[in-house]
Parts: sequence; structure tokens; C-alpha cells
Amino acid sequence: MSILKAPLTSLRPERETPARDDAVALDLRGVQKTYDTPGRPQVEAIRRLDFSIRKGELVCVVGPSGAGKTTLLRSIAGLLELTSGEVVLDGATVTGPPQGMAVVFQEYGRSLFPWMTVRQNVELPLKEKGLGKVERRAKALTALEEVGLTEAADQHPWQLSGGMQQRVAIARAIAYEPTVLLMDEPFAAVDAQTRAELEDLVRSLWKRLGVTVLFVTHDIDEAVYLGERVIVLSNRPTVLMEDVRVDLPAKRDQLTTRSDARFGELRGHVYALIQRAKRGDRPDAPLPGGGA
Amino acid sequence: MSIVALARRAAIALGLPIVLLAAWWVASADSTSPFWPPLQKIIQTFPTTWTWDRFVGDVVPSLTRLAIGYALAVIVGIVLGTAIGLMPRLRALSEPVLEFFRAIPPPVMVPIIALFAGYTGSLGKVLTIALGCLWPILLNTVEGVRGLEPTLTDTARSYRLSTWRRLTFVVLPGASPRIFAGARQALSIGVILMVISELFGANRGLGAAIVQFQRSFAIPQMWTGIIVLGLIGVVLAALFRAVENRMLAWYQGQRQIERGE
Repeated sequence: MSILKAPLTSLRPERETPARDDAVALDLRGVQKTYDTPGRPQVEAIRRLDFSIRKGELVCVVGPSGAGKTTLLRSIAGLLELTSGEVVLDGATVTGPPQGMAVVFQEYGRSLFPWMTVRQNVELPLKEKGLGKVERRAKALTALEEVGLTEAADQHPWQLSGGMQQRVAIARAIAYEPTVLLMDEPFAAVDAQTRAELEDLVRSLWKRLGVTVLFVTHDIDEAVYLGERVIVLSNRPTVLMEDVRVDLPAKRDQLTTRSDARFGELRGHVYALIQRAKRGDRPDAPLPGGGA
Repeated sequence: MSIVALARRAAIALGLPIVLLAAWWVASADSTSPFWPPLQKIIQTFPTTWTWDRFVGDVVPSLTRLAIGYALAVIVGIVLGTAIGLMPRLRALSEPVLEFFRAIPPPVMVPIIALFAGYTGSLGKVLTIALGCLWPILLNTVEGVRGLEPTLTDTARSYRLSTWRRLTFVVLPGASPRIFAGARQALSIGVILMVISELFGANRGLGAAIVQFQRSFAIPQMWTGIIVLGLIGVVLAALFRAVENRMLAWYQGQRQIERGE
């Protein structure tokens, strides 16, 4: 049973999406970010990024370490001011944390409120939305059910394992019923088995709820396994290396998908791109003086 | 089993006090010095000294002033501390002033405050207690608010929590371990100031009673006053711990698990 009403749109994105398409959920237009703190050396984190994500798409972002992945995600989330360019969510420019967006952070242990129970953590954003107690409780329970954590509702986050804590963070995000779900290396700190489970959880939630997902990771396998598209970033200052279409079957499975020949090709392709990016080989940036 | 465990806990808690009292008893038993009466004599004086009338007349006013002064310090300390902790500009502006006032030993303020608020009334004493208790609470609140986990702040922002909800559900609970640390320090300062503020000019109150006993050479009675003060300290510490255990249960549980891993 779906707690999100958004329809599951076709998963066949065109490479060149028109700029003002109704089917576009998230649009990055000339996004640029330079850290310019007085007294500190200026750091150009993102030189220029243009890409868009269609409604109901699951897009992964990978890049070499230090590629400004977190900077990018925080910019999209409205937690960081851009130096220039704009992020457009559902037709409106993002100027602060937008409505209809939920973020799952990497440090699950630090994004859940330790003084609240699991249920209270999930319910807090709903309280802010103005939902009544009964409705809040029902939505929180449904979301916890979706991630398989009904029993832990009255426990505190720190009583749970790392994987379970991240499930709580995911439950909180989906209970919020966002149109876009941002995930910032959410499984970087959990063990490999838990990670595989959580990956499948994200795939199944995405399919069932029809939510648009932007998934940032440093793990190439994870990106190819999860995404319908993989956006590969260059080294810093970040530009787009390549927007890779993942033409694997929609139904994915840890065993068969990962041993699929096409999976291996895509993985190898993305791997080669990242290696190039690490060496500093980058497509010419569309700004004058770009390229390294 | 549980009764045995309870008995053991009681033995651990009461063991040292009993040993100390016994030592005092033996050491002072044959004392003929008027300033150092035998403990037996002090205890005999206790019931006739600390009657209900004296309790109402001296202990209650002292404790009431302590409660009001302490409550004021807690409220002002948390409100100001949160504001300063959240606003870097305000912090830069107020830091030197805070350091200045913090460096002044609170008892020094007693005669100064008395000049303005009077020697005998309650106002000066309450103000003395409040001012002395304020600094540890204020400074700890500032640190607690500043030290809030950035990911928690980001989470609160990304879910668009209102300022009020962010304060009550995120900032204050997050800072509460530090706030409690400050409040604990402030409580002992408060008890000290409760007594000191009465030494200079007061007709009623615990400190005033002890000074009066001493001036009228009622030495055993003076000693009973010291014991009453000590007992009040024990009771207040126990009350504080009970509140802390309730409010910070999450923090203690979390730390226990972190240490266990």
C-alpha cells in the first residue's frame, strides 16, 4: 500500500530533456559553488553543473572522492547558497529547504534525534506539517512498516543497529511524502550485507511510492545497481563527466543483476570514467578557462 | 536477591558517613573545649534547637530564597545562553563581558548588592543567589547550543521545522546535557550563597541562625546548624539527580552503549 500518491511515470528518460518540461522534477541550471570565506583560501567546489531529473526517476551521482558530491547535495537541498545558477524543484527555484523534499544523510547516527523514540522521530516533521495526532501516528506506523521496523517504534535510535537506524531515517523521509528524496551516501557506514538489504529496500520503496530519488554515493557498483541513470562527476572543480543511462531491466536482484554481462559493462564504463576523473582528465568545462 | 542488593547499596551509601560520625564521636567524646563539644552533646541539643518553629522561621525562608534565586538563574541562563549560542554576532559582542563577570567571585557581590537592595530584606539575597548561579548555567548553555551536531541542525532545517519547534525539540534537548552540568555547578554555588548572603545582615535564615548561635556562644547549637546545612546539601543533590536521571535518560543510555562498544 502506497503512502505516496505520485504516479509512477515511464522510466525511459530522454538524454536531452527540454528545460521546462512538466515531467521534470528537479532541474539544475548552471549550478556553481565557490566557498569564499574571508581569511581562508577560496575553494571552487562546483564549476558548472546542468542536468535534470524526471519525475519518478532514480538517479545516482558518483564521483571521485572530493568531487563535491556533498556540496552538490546540500545545494540541491537548499542548505547551501549557490554562487550562481539555480536549482528548480517542481518549477520553483530553491532558495531554502523546499517543501516536498526530504534528505537522508550519511551519518544516520547523527541525523536522528537521540532524545526521541523512533516513532517521535518519524512524527516530528509531520507535526510541523500540521497533521493531527491520529493521522500522524498512522502515517508513521505505515512508514515504519514499509521499512520493516514496526517493533522498534518505541525504542530510541541508539538502541538500534546502524542499518536499522538508517531505516528509521528512511521511514522518516517517506512518511514526509516528498516528491524528491535526496540520499547522501546513506549506506557508506553500514556493513556489506546490511548494505545490500538497504539497496533493495530503496529500489522497492522507489517503485512502490513513485518518488523521485537522487542518490549520491562513492560506490560504483551501488550506483549502477540502483540507478536508472548514473551521473558521473569530474574532480574538483566539479563538472559533469558523463550522464550514463543504465539500461538494465527494471527488476533488479542482488544475484542476477550483479552477474549480468551488461551490469559488468556499465560498471566497467563508470569505473573507467572515475579513474579518468581521478587523474584530472575532464571534459572541457563550458566556462572560459575551464578544463585541466 | 533484590533485598540483598538493596542492603548492599545502602551499606555502600551509608558506610562512609557512619565511619566518619563514629570517628567524630570517639575523637570528641572526652573533649572539654567549649568550641569543640562532644558529638553526643551536639546530638542531644539537636531536637531542642531544630524545632518546627525554627524550621519554619529559619530553614523555610532560606530555602525559599534559594529556590527563587536558582529558578531565576536557570530561566535567565537558558534563555540568554540559547540566544547567545545561536547568534554568532551576539556571542562575539558579549563574550568579553561574560568573561569579566564570570571572573568576579560571587560573594564579593554581596555587599554591593546589599547597598542597592538593602541588608535585611530578601531581595538582595535572592539577587545574590541568582547572580552567582547564573554564570555556570549561562556559559554551559552557550557551549551546549554551539556544540549541537550539525547534521541534526541540517535535518531540522531540511524538514522546515519552525523556529519554535527547532528550539524546543532540537536545540534545547541537544544542549540539555551541558545545561544540566551547569545547573549542577550552580546548585552548589547557590547553597553557598544562600548562607553567605545571610551572614552580613539578616534576622532569619539558616546562615543568620548559625551566626547568632556563634555570637551568643551557643556552640553545640552552632554545630547542629552546620549538620542541618550538610543534610540540606545531600537532599538537594539527590533531588537534582532524580530530575537529571529522568530528563537525561536518553543521554545516559546512549553513552552507556557507546562506551560498551
